[in-house]
Amino acid sequence: MKQRIGVYICHCGGNISDYVDVQQLGKLMAKEDGVVISKDVMFACSDSTQKEIEQDIKEKQLDAIVVASCSPKLHTHTFRGVAIRAGLNPYNYTQVNVREQCSWAHSDRPMDATIKAYGLIRAGINRVAHSEALESIEIEAQKAVAVIGAGIAGLRAALDLARMGNQVYLIEKEDKVGGRVLTAGKLFSSGENGKDVIEQLVRQIKQMTNIQLFTNATLGKVSGSVGNYYMDVNVNGELLKLHVGSVLVTTGFDFYSPGEGEYGFNMSDRVMSLQDFNMLVEGSNGQLMHNGQPVKTIAYIYCVGNRQSKGENKYCSRQCCTAAIHSSLNVHEKFKGVKAFHLYRDIRTYGKHELLYEESSRKGDIYIRFDEKEPPVVEIKNGKPFITVKDYLTSKKELTLDADLVVLVTGMVPRSDSTQISELLKIPIGNDKFFNEVHPKLKPVETVIKGIYIGGACQGPKNISESVQSALSGAAKINSISRKGSIKPEPIVARVDADICAWCNKCAEVCEFDAVKPIESSGKMIAEINISTCTGCGICAPVCPVNAIEIAYFTDNEIESMIDGFAEPADIAPREEVKETASTGQSKSLAGYPKIWRTIAGAMDDKTLTIPEIAGLVNISNHEATWNVMTMNRYGFIEAVGLNDDETHYNYKLKR
Amino acid sequence: MSAENAAPKILVFSTDIISDPGIDQAGLLKLHYSPSVYTISLPCSSGIKPRWIMRAFEKGFDGVFIAADGHECSYSPKCSEYTNKIIEQTQEMMREKNINPKRIRMAALCSVCAESFVSHMGNFSKILAELGSIQSEISVSQ
Repeated sequence: MKQRIGVYICHCGGNISDYVDVQQLGKLMAKEDGVVISKDVMFACSDSTQKEIEQDIKEKQLDAIVVASCSPKLHTHTFRGVAIRAGLNPYNYTQVNVREQCSWAHSDRPMDATIKAYGLIRAGINRVAHSEALESIEIEAQKAVAVIGAGIAGLRAALDLARMGNQVYLIEKEDKVGGRVLTAGKLFSSGENGKDVIEQLVRQIKQMTNIQLFTNATLGKVSGSVGNYYMDVNVNGELLKLHVGSVLVTTGFDFYSPGEGEYGFNMSDRVMSLQDFNMLVEGSNGQLMHNGQPVKTIAYIYCVGNRQSKGENKYCSRQCCTAAIHSSLNVHEKFKGVKAFHLYRDIRTYGKHELLYEESSRKGDIYIRFDEKEPPVVEIKNGKPFITVKDYLTSKKELTLDADLVVLVTGMVPRSDSTQISELLKIPIGNDKFFNEVHPKLKPVETVIKGIYIGGACQGPKNISESVQSALSGAAKINSISRKGSIKPEPIVARVDADICAWCNKCAEVCEFDAVKPIESSGKMIAEINISTCTGCGICAPVCPVNAIEIAYFTDNEIESMIDGFAEPADIAPREEVKETASTGQSKSLAGYPKIWRTIAGAMDDKTLTIPEIAGLVNISNHEATWNVMTMNRYGFIEAVGLNDDETHYNYKLKR
Repeated sequence: MSAENAAPKILVFSTDIISDPGIDQAGLLKLHYSPSVYTISLPCSSGIKPRWIMRAFEKGFDGVFIAADGHECSYSPKCSEYTNKIIEQTQEMMREKNINPKRIRMAALCSVCAESFVSHMGNFSKILAELGSIQSEISVSQ
């Protein structure tokens, strides 16, 4: 148990203290068992407060600290850094969220917010009292990367990784590289041909001596963990053994393949996918021809195989609206007198792709909106498709279209071999069957498997630009590991009490990461955790029938003591109103605000001063003076009164 | 303590990456919910131990809400299944102690499910208010 705990409760300007009586809480927490020092601070994250905490840790020999301020998502690393600089183990620090989950959420009930904050901070103190000094194990990391999939995302990422000094093994299943872009034809918005783009990338890759490209290569057995993955790769029947630090998966996607008869598919060769249509356009010159017949009318049907509320693929593939309109414009550019009907549910040409939609409308393309409940019906009569559709923009008027070609605008689906890749690399698969990142916004290219990253359309529908961007993010993340030569994974992993464990296999059954294996210990079999593959998810802990498994940082003692802390009754006095009198003479009292503010106010008196002058008078740095004067200005203690004579700084004076 | 604080006391188990940011978002948007709601954030809802939930009831919490990752869980596609098992196991323990199994509730919450969280808290508070204080059930079992 920690016995010398420091507690810091943040005002966050007024974001917390406007609703929560942090001064009273600061005094109350000082009386808690094990608490040596308890302070309320204006901004816990400010440089000056960080230094103050560091100083307290050293001078008062604190063995743990609690910072009650904003969400742990924002400043956990800040205060772990404070602990490390002061020589304290970073896991002997606990962050308590009294802003997002207290003062802001209960700003309508300040007294109750203070009572809740009391419970939250008590829980934080209890938790940190049971905290353990956790140590990360440093693992040597190979400066080599395997990039799986040599489509445009993989090619670009491989180039960047190689330029950053990594040895790159680029593994492609097909006999040629470039993936879908190779046959995409003219690209929006650059107007370049997909094949040219790929050829240019391949030329650059060939110039890099630290990229090894393997085509006709398939992934075999994978073992190891972050920093040291061992992979078997079968290249044209020959077994290759690779040793890499990280893996970037850029295996891309498949196009949805319409079912037999879906919108007339496979019932007539005049019904085709957008990809086949693009190849037809690419191969035609002078006049658009299909099987020797001129094509004058084209009907595009959108959302085929996507956005199916009752089907497999509920998601929107994002890029297909743009792709279809782009194809239509290519047709207009290449051939005269072709009429286009776009049968759509919603046009989602986001961002600058909207320009294409506008251009297409200007060219005379006709857009007909249908609903999923009443999709268009394609009938083949004498080998020619006829489409019946209810136009939802004209009171569901039923229209019959006689088209020379029906183009099915199909969405993206996960690659047929994605399950196999997922099993080899243990990448979780999401509900949409694409590879799952940790978080779409906070950790968009990381998987829960340390050292395995995903980029491009293997993690969900993306256009070329988005695919490349995500793959490059993955490359940057990987380089942040490889350039150091070693990594220190978080020590928040499962651990087994060898005395209690009697190996029943239940923990191993639920572990998705093969992190639990049986070993012999003192004459019996027990579970052993592989800390380099354990993700610390904790799924193994509740299934243990004898409670032999705990997750470091989330131990029974820590969690149960938090619950006890929440439950402690709070004896909170009603908040005292701040009296509007002041020793310094200004109309608003500085009592309860930082001491430095009172020093600044005293130094300023009636004078009009610039920030450097204030800094000189109070003997603080310009940076610190700026921070404090700006905040005093925000709180109405100081006002700006115009520029100084040489117009280099603002003058400030105290508000009276 | 204010009279309003007599509202049912709820312990929420959230998850670091998915549901806890959603609860933060509720605060950020100043969406108000009962101040008797306390949160413990964990890596994954499938890692909650039944003994922690029972501890909460023993310590006077009227209800426990599990803000699960559901299908968005990045650790296991079976997360909902595992969390459900934990709840079923806990409900057995609750029945043994005459604690109404309705005092535990689970819903999947995403990182932007702020309004949904507030709505869940409101609905759960109403259910718990109808059930009455946990103290009555615990004292009966003793």
